[in-house]
Amino acid sequence: MSDLTKLTIAEALDGLKKKEFSAVELTQAYIKEMENKRRLNAYVLETPEIALAQARVSDEKYANGTNGALEGIPLGIKDLFCTKDIRTTACSHILDGFEPQYESTVTSKLLNAGASVLGKLNMDEFAMGGSNETSYYGPVVNPWSKDKDLVAGGSSGGSAAAVAAGMCAGATGTDTGGSIRQPSAFCGVTGIKPTYGRCSRYGIIAFASSLDQAGPIAKDVRDCALLLKTMSGYDAKDSTSAKAEVPDFEKFLGQDIKGLRIGVPAEYRPEGLNEEIAAYWDKGIEILKARGAEIVNISLPHTKYALATYYIVAPAEASSNLARYDGLRFGLRVPGEHLDNMYINSRTEGFGKEVKRRIMIGTYVLSAGYYDAYYLKAQKVRRLIRQDFLNAFEKCDVILTPTAPTAAFPIGDKSMAENPINMWLNDVFTVSVNLAGLPAMSLPIGLSKEGLPLGLQLIGKAFDEATIFKAADALEADVKFMEKK
Amino acid sequence: MAIDTETVKRVAFLSRLKIEDDKIKEAEDEFNKILNWVEQLNEVNTDGVEPLVSVNDSHLILREDAVSDGNQSQAVLKNAPQAQYGYFTVPKVVE
Repeated sequence: MSDLTKLTIAEALDGLKKKEFSAVELTQAYIKEMENKRRLNAYVLETPEIALAQARVSDEKYANGTNGALEGIPLGIKDLFCTKDIRTTACSHILDGFEPQYESTVTSKLLNAGASVLGKLNMDEFAMGGSNETSYYGPVVNPWSKDKDLVAGGSSGGSAAAVAAGMCAGATGTDTGGSIRQPSAFCGVTGIKPTYGRCSRYGIIAFASSLDQAGPIAKDVRDCALLLKTMSGYDAKDSTSAKAEVPDFEKFLGQDIKGLRIGVPAEYRPEGLNEEIAAYWDKGIEILKARGAEIVNISLPHTKYALATYYIVAPAEASSNLARYDGLRFGLRVPGEHLDNMYINSRTEGFGKEVKRRIMIGTYVLSAGYYDAYYLKAQKVRRLIRQDFLNAFEKCDVILTPTAPTAAFPIGDKSMAENPINMWLNDVFTVSVNLAGLPAMSLPIGLSKEGLPLGLQLIGKAFDEATIFKAADALEADVKFMEKK
Repeated sequence: MAIDTETVKRVAFLSRLKIEDDKIKEAEDEFNKILNWVEQLNEVNTDGVEPLVSVNDSHLILREDAVSDGNQSQAVLKNAPQAQYGYFTVPKVVE
């Protein structure tokens, strides 16, 4: 029965409709995988009874013809999404035992479409990290690990690993600086961060509100299209939610890409770029060219300032958002003699090292006397970074780059632990997109010499995920074809 | 702009975080390393550039100023570490 976990969401929906298997059988197959692969530490909470109860409802709906768009599909949910009465902690000690009394908009849309919840997925604490090692529940092990345990990437490390290991049919992720795309690349799966405003942020525990976006991680491009369609849409509960029409992304698959203009930014090929990654990037360019796409050399001149900009803007917003964790209203409370001591004790014990680091940086750059020099400066550079993309998109329709500068690295890597900036450099190809609010997808392009997956990134214009899907589908088709040969 | 021990302590207090005395030096060094690194932004000429606050071009939408929810005190208090008589409880703040 475990073959069912190999099916894509599109294939599983087909099988369910044809009554080849039931939603309960499909769910049981995933529950078994979830139990067999606990060593990967992808889930921080398993909810098999809830998933099975939902699957039984789905089977009834298939029987009476009222099935939704994702009826009977078992998903994993990143622990950043509030799920009603299901423990949600953002993988932080400070949210110990927190059971939201409401459902995030994105998960409620998925549930309304008939999806079921297998459990909550591991992640970096408050989505701050690129290796899942800042999680209070420990790192996720990359399913591609050979002799040494490798990181799954982060922050959506549990989501990417669970999809790669067949522990869920698809997963939700969030992406503030690369948190969907980098783990997708590390685990050989496909993930898309849509345009800022495409998915409601309501009920997603906030990290950096002007950058945070939800998106799906799935086995292939089509499954991403299916999930994203359901997850997207205007929501009055999120003031930054966009009143943009949600296209049927699946319609853009299998289309001719002749004449599509693919931008290739010179700045993404810095000196010393990993040779294998450069070669796979070239291969991606060749594939699209062979299908009639036009390759356009473009420039994004402020790229090298994106990381520093991000590491001012994101911590500033985080320090403000995380002020709510006061030991008073939810989560961990560590007593103190006075109110301030209670705040300090709760926060000092409840937050991990990386989160504290970012809160302090954010507090500093927002404090009187430093605001202009750091925060305001970063916001100005952010506009220039966005302008670079607007200029580039006058010459091209979609941009192709590598997703991450390396393949997955070992858990506990020394250089990363020694200097936080080394870990942050992982985001070098992904953060600009968040700063500019654009959509971007990572999809697998091939394996490194060590047999580890590498990914390419497609960046689109605001609210033009459709073109990303079009190009990604063409790329994926040829990559799969070559794998089979 | 290098920062000193006093500034680290002040920022920690503003953040309502405690740094043990023997860890202050480490925090200070790390802080300075990060600030030195972000100061590369000073190379960028931003004269006349408007700060980007939001990538949304549209203005925030105003809703009608009307009550749309309520009577949720049980739900609000559900996750409180300590609550009594329908309120959150805190350590004594008035002597």
